[in-house]
This record gives sequence, structure tokens and C-alpha cells, in this order.
Amino acid sequence: MTAALIGREVRRGLHGAAWLPVAFFLLVATIVPFAVGPDGRLLGRIGGGALWIAALTAALLPIERLIEPDRANGVLDQLALTGTADEAIGAAKMIGHWLTFGPLLLVAAIPGSLLVGLDGPALFRSLISIAIGTPALAALSVAVAALTAGLPRAGALAGLLMMPLAVPLVIFGAAATGDGESAALKLEAAVALLIVAGAPFVTGAAIRAART
Amino acid sequence: MSSLLNGEGLALIRGGRLLFEGVDLKLEAGGALHVGGPNGSGKSSLIRLVAGLLHPSAGRIERAEAALADNNLTLDRELPLSRALAFWKGPKLAEAIPAFALEDLAHVPVRLLSTGQAKRAELARVLASGAPLWLLDEPQNGLDRKGLSELGDAITAHRARGGAIIAASHTPLPGQWTMLELEA
Repeated sequence: MTAALIGREVRRGLHGAAWLPVAFFLLVATIVPFAVGPDGRLLGRIGGGALWIAALTAALLPIERLIEPDRANGVLDQLALTGTADEAIGAAKMIGHWLTFGPLLLVAAIPGSLLVGLDGPALFRSLISIAIGTPALAALSVAVAALTAGLPRAGALAGLLMMPLAVPLVIFGAAATGDGESAALKLEAAVALLIVAGAPFVTGAAIRAART
Repeated sequence: MSSLLNGEGLALIRGGRLLFEGVDLKLEAGGALHVGGPNGSGKSSLIRLVAGLLHPSAGRIERAEAALADNNLTLDRELPLSRALAFWKGPKLAEAIPAFALEDLAHVPVRLLSTGQAKRAELARVLASGAPLWLLDEPQNGLDRKGLSELGDAITAHRARGGAIIAASHTPLPGQWTMLELEA
């Protein structure tokens, strides 16, 4: 059932607006040089951080469609009746969501990095940092979607909940784009691993708690 | 034949209100239980409790593998009906589609189905699941006369094969049913 659920998530992601977070990401990256000015050195210094803010805000966009429609339609109930564990639902949703979010965002990160003045080795570092970060962003999105499913104004609430949870990821992710010598990349990977490993359990518990 | 459902002394409190208490449920192969009672008496909650989606406030319950049809449309709206049903991987899908006369609707997107057609599709999903215990919440909602007779036939065939059914409904169902009346 889990494999079918992953396939379903990918199909619904592509059928829905998989390009929307990516377009938003590029739009934010485009605005940065306008806001900061054309000074290449300054842009290069803040570029990594700006890119991560763009990635984080882009990850917020799909949250409302990840869990809530399936909760409201009783799909989550039916999955429970087939004997699928709520944690397995969470893991399948994470993988399915990442497949329609991660690779696209990584591709968009190439023009995105250039727009904020990261090129050469800095471009390479920013791509690695984004690549490691996307599974964690997808996992956080699914967990936060499950925690806010069924609540009024869930979209706004999800933003308030997700931003602080993503702070460690943003700190190390942005630092890893700036300095190749530091241990920021390893710390980012550690934070991402923690989030990816924990999110299915948070999602499963939230799905159970929302069942009335 | 072992029993498909065994519940003892079940009680359920929801929103600070006691819906029912001391309910014993027992279904053998071929058994059928009709849950009746006024609106708000806890019929749907009892079905969800048997499904395992709610936990009893008291008592214990054991059941065989079950399939549930409530008032939700759990099929993906953007897919054609046959593909939406196939997602649920029912081993008896080939039998379920003709049983509810859905052959002609197989290529119609689920979002275009009428209330009664959607209900038949949900009932077909239950039949397709091959689960021995059916949990039906208001199974007759929206069904026309033909749909009602298909439902009756499916229920009779399921019981003849050794399946069991719990249905919550305000109207009589075909065949012999044990009655359980919940009080408001």
C-alpha cells in the first residue's frame, strides 16, 4: 500500500501545482538583487542566506494540500483500515512530496544561485546545501501539514509553526553555501537527518490525534 | 466458525457526552447487525469504533479484517472510476464493478459521478476489498431502486459466503437482521 501511496502522491503533486513552489522560489531569488542592489560582492555574501529563505518560503506553499484533503475525505481512515500504519502513511507522503518538490527545486537552484550572485565554487556549494536540505524541507512540510490538518486558517498557522522549526536547517544550510571549509555542511546534514527520521512519527501521531 | 466480531461492554464518550454504554457485539459468519436509533444516538460512532478509528471509553473489541463505507467519497476525484477503485487494491474488483453496475461508468472521472453513483462506487470498493466484515454507514443514502436491489443482492451474497455485516440505517434492509437500537 505504501508504494501505491507514494505513486499517488507523485501523481497528485504533478497534477496539482508542482511548479508553484519552484516559481515562487525563483521569484524571491529574482527580487533579492532588486532589493539589495547590484553590488556583486555584497550579493555574493548574502546570497546563500537569501536562497535559503526563498527555499523555506517555497516549501510552505504546498502544505495545505498534503494532508488535509485526505483527512477530510476519509482517505486516511480507509488507509488505516487496510492496516497501513499512520507512520507509514507519513513516510510515504514525505517521499512522494519530496519527489515532486526536491528535484525541481534543485534544478531551479541553478538559475536561483546565479541570480543572487553565487557562481563558480559558490554555486556548487549552494547546490549541495540545497540538495541536502530539500528532504528535510519536504519532511517538515508533511509533519506541519499533519499537525495543522483540520484547523481553521491552517495555512497561516503552518507558516508560524514551520519557520521556527526550520531555523537550525537554515542556519547550517546558509552557512554551508558561504564557507566550504567549515563543518556547516556536516551539521546541516545532521539536522536534515534528524528531521527526516523524526517526521514520520510526528506525522503519524498527528494523523491519529486528528481522527475523531 | 470463529466469530468475526466480538465486543463486550462497549461504551463511548464523545465531547463529554455518553453516547452508549454496555453494548455487546457479536457476529458470526453470515451474521448481520442493523444498528438503529434517532439522529445523534451514536450509530456512526459505533461503526467507527468497530472500524478501530475511535477507541472505546470502556470495554474491549476484537474483529476480523473489515471494510468501511461511510458518507465520505474516498476515491480520487480527478481519476476515472476504474483507476480510482484500483488504487485500493481490492482482490475482488472484477466482481465488484458489475455487482453495482459500474461498467459503463468505469471511464468517467469520479468528480462527475452523481450522489447515488458515488455511493455505489464506495459500496463496490467495500465488496472489492474481500474483507469478511463490512461496516456500512447509511448504505442506502442516495441509491435509486435499482441501486437498492444491487445492494440487497451484494449483502445476501456476502452473507452466503460467510461474511458478516454491520449497517447503520433508518430504513429496513433486505434479509434477516439482528437489531440493535441505540437510544438518544
